[in-house]
Amino acid sequence: MSALEHLPGIDNGLLRFLTCGSVDDGKSTLIGRLLFDSKTILADTLNAMEKTSAKRGMTAVDLSLLTDGLQAEREQGITIDVAYRYFSTGTRKYIIADAPGHEQYTRNMVTAASTANLAIILIDARKGMLNQTRRHSTIAHLLGIPHLLVAINKMDLVDYDQATFEHIKAEYTKFAHKIGLKDVRFIPLSALAGDMVVERGERMPWYEGPTLLQILEAAPAAHTERPESFRFPVQFVCRPQDSANPELHDYRGFMGRVESGEIAVGDAVTVLPSGLTSRVKAIEIGGQKIERAIHEQSVTLLLEDEIDTSRGDMIVKSAEAPEAVKQIDANVCWLSETPMSPARTYLVRHTSREVKAKIAKIDYRLDINTMEHEPVSTLAMNDIARLSLKLAQPIFADAYRSNRATGAFIVIDESTNNTVGAGMIV
Amino acid sequence: MTTLTQQTLTHLDWLEAEAIHIMREVAGQCSSPVLLFSGGKDSVCMLRIAEKAFRPGRFPFPLMHIDTGHNYPEVIAFRDKRAAELGERLIVRSLEDSMARGSIVLKHPLESRNKHQSVTLLEAIEEFGFDACIGGARRDEEKARAKERIMSFRDEFGQWDPKNQRPELWNLYNARSHKGENIRAFPISNWTELDVWQYIQREQLELPSIYFAHTRPVVRKGELLMPVTDLTPAKPGDTIEEVMVRFRTVGDVSCTAPVESDADTVDKILAETATTTITERGATRMDDQTSEASMEQRKKEGYF
Repeated sequence: MSALEHLPGIDNGLLRFLTCGSVDDGKSTLIGRLLFDSKTILADTLNAMEKTSAKRGMTAVDLSLLTDGLQAEREQGITIDVAYRYFSTGTRKYIIADAPGHEQYTRNMVTAASTANLAIILIDARKGMLNQTRRHSTIAHLLGIPHLLVAINKMDLVDYDQATFEHIKAEYTKFAHKIGLKDVRFIPLSALAGDMVVERGERMPWYEGPTLLQILEAAPAAHTERPESFRFPVQFVCRPQDSANPELHDYRGFMGRVESGEIAVGDAVTVLPSGLTSRVKAIEIGGQKIERAIHEQSVTLLLEDEIDTSRGDMIVKSAEAPEAVKQIDANVCWLSETPMSPARTYLVRHTSREVKAKIAKIDYRLDINTMEHEPVSTLAMNDIARLSLKLAQPIFADAYRSNRATGAFIVIDESTNNTVGAGMIV
Repeated sequence: MTTLTQQTLTHLDWLEAEAIHIMREVAGQCSSPVLLFSGGKDSVCMLRIAEKAFRPGRFPFPLMHIDTGHNYPEVIAFRDKRAAELGERLIVRSLEDSMARGSIVLKHPLESRNKHQSVTLLEAIEEFGFDACIGGARRDEEKARAKERIMSFRDEFGQWDPKNQRPELWNLYNARSHKGENIRAFPISNWTELDVWQYIQREQLELPSIYFAHTRPVVRKGELLMPVTDLTPAKPGDTIEEVMVRFRTVGDVSCTAPVESDADTVDKILAETATTTITERGATRMDDQTSEASMEQRKKEGYF
């Protein structure tokens, strides 16, 4: 499993996943186990952890010390922010977003979930499904994480009992059906003893599925397997007119990242908002030409025709242009300690575009434990609500369900420049 | 889960694409950014990413080095050569100028200058009116960095307040700041030391010679090897040994130790990196070992 054995063989891409649960569910132990078994925790880090654990009077190494990074957190003994951890199996690189589990940290889980393609939902086998499980699953669903892995942990504390596992699985399946979750898998684990994390162990012969790591290794790295429309928000325009090279005098490169779909030289494109059309003359990375660019690649596009284009515009394939909208309905998670003031004007950043926005209507607040809708007149931190927003200029949007990149936006408070909300277009 | 049908990027291509995207966001959102370039391996990767992001145009920012005056001469020579090859503007601001102005006062002449870099950096930010500094810090380096944002907000004193950072969702970065405030942008946040070396190998990037195994006089201090230099002479009673070493990080001479190694090529370094048992900073940085939270403390004071 060490990186070296596989070094030349890397590469099965990169998978970003999220772990949801509290320290009580063994989340830190699970992360520690993955890092340890993939040899990511190195000797000096372990030494430091041993010293700190001993200083606090603990007998075993406290693996949560790995994830509780900040002094403030250590003083309070809690995790207050999303931490990012890395490991590699030699064939695949992983980024773990580790979000704290408590209810008041909904915003942190939303943040961590926004970039994840898989979520591990931890359940303590002794406790079964809790409100917290439902909350985490709902957020994962709302944020459109395509793959869910329910890890029923602490099997060592229930004698590796299959009936306990099956019971929780049945209960969760019923719940998943109710909220519309599709790709859900189940695995029995003992993060502490290591069973079914990297090694199978010998105590659960009744479980015939893959280990946790095998599931991670086989999970699709792409956010979706559906073909998506080509979306290319322009970040920056390159016009090297001052160059000594006369060939570059007319060079006009539109720089951005392929947020979805793909593009090839010769494709017919439309530039929004102007609606003018052209064809792709060249695709470049750092001045080197390539024939086509795929999802998540950062490239420079050159067009056949001279079209006035700037940051905030979007290049799309002519046959699949998104809608230009000035009013949007969205699920918004409020992130700021300062409640929303519905009378104010906020900024909405959508792709590379920034527009002023007003709250037209708050439809309801979603109780993420019960899924009930409640009428509210404002939003406080951690609230998730359905809103209508009126925009000063149009944005080129898709529904979040069909396109994560062009369906997402953040809300910015112009007076502080803080990011105060996260929105998903319905 | 269904099998993979959509084509995806390799992990290095993905990391590179993300870093290019972040650099372009800084260029698009900020009016006066600067890229910090020390000549170290992470900043060498940053320059290649900037080339991929902005060529055939010029970089939409100058390069800047905060020089402690205690750097290895090979690194300084490399820094100047690389900037000249790229044809980009290099600004150097020196701790010694801050000391002459009286804004840096050392406790004693041989005190590590590393933590004092913050002062000179903040002075340079004010002098040039930079609203964003692009740096090569990585989240895997140290645990105070694991929770660092890609766009990290600093107030007008350059201070990092870990409890007052902007949530960062999807790839929608918020680099807005008011006058006098500052954004630190970290395009290679998600890279590990192994990723950096793999990128150096793939892109065939040139590095200062001290990254590769060479013979150097050192004194053993516990588990660390202290290089014997004009700035860090051996003390009476020290045993000087000639040891084959390389540097895993290059920083201030007085606080950066080499590791014992005979890896004299990128391939050999990669093999060592994949099997090492000590973290990069743990092996080499004396400044991080003074207290469990010393990086966090330095960051609060305006450090990277």
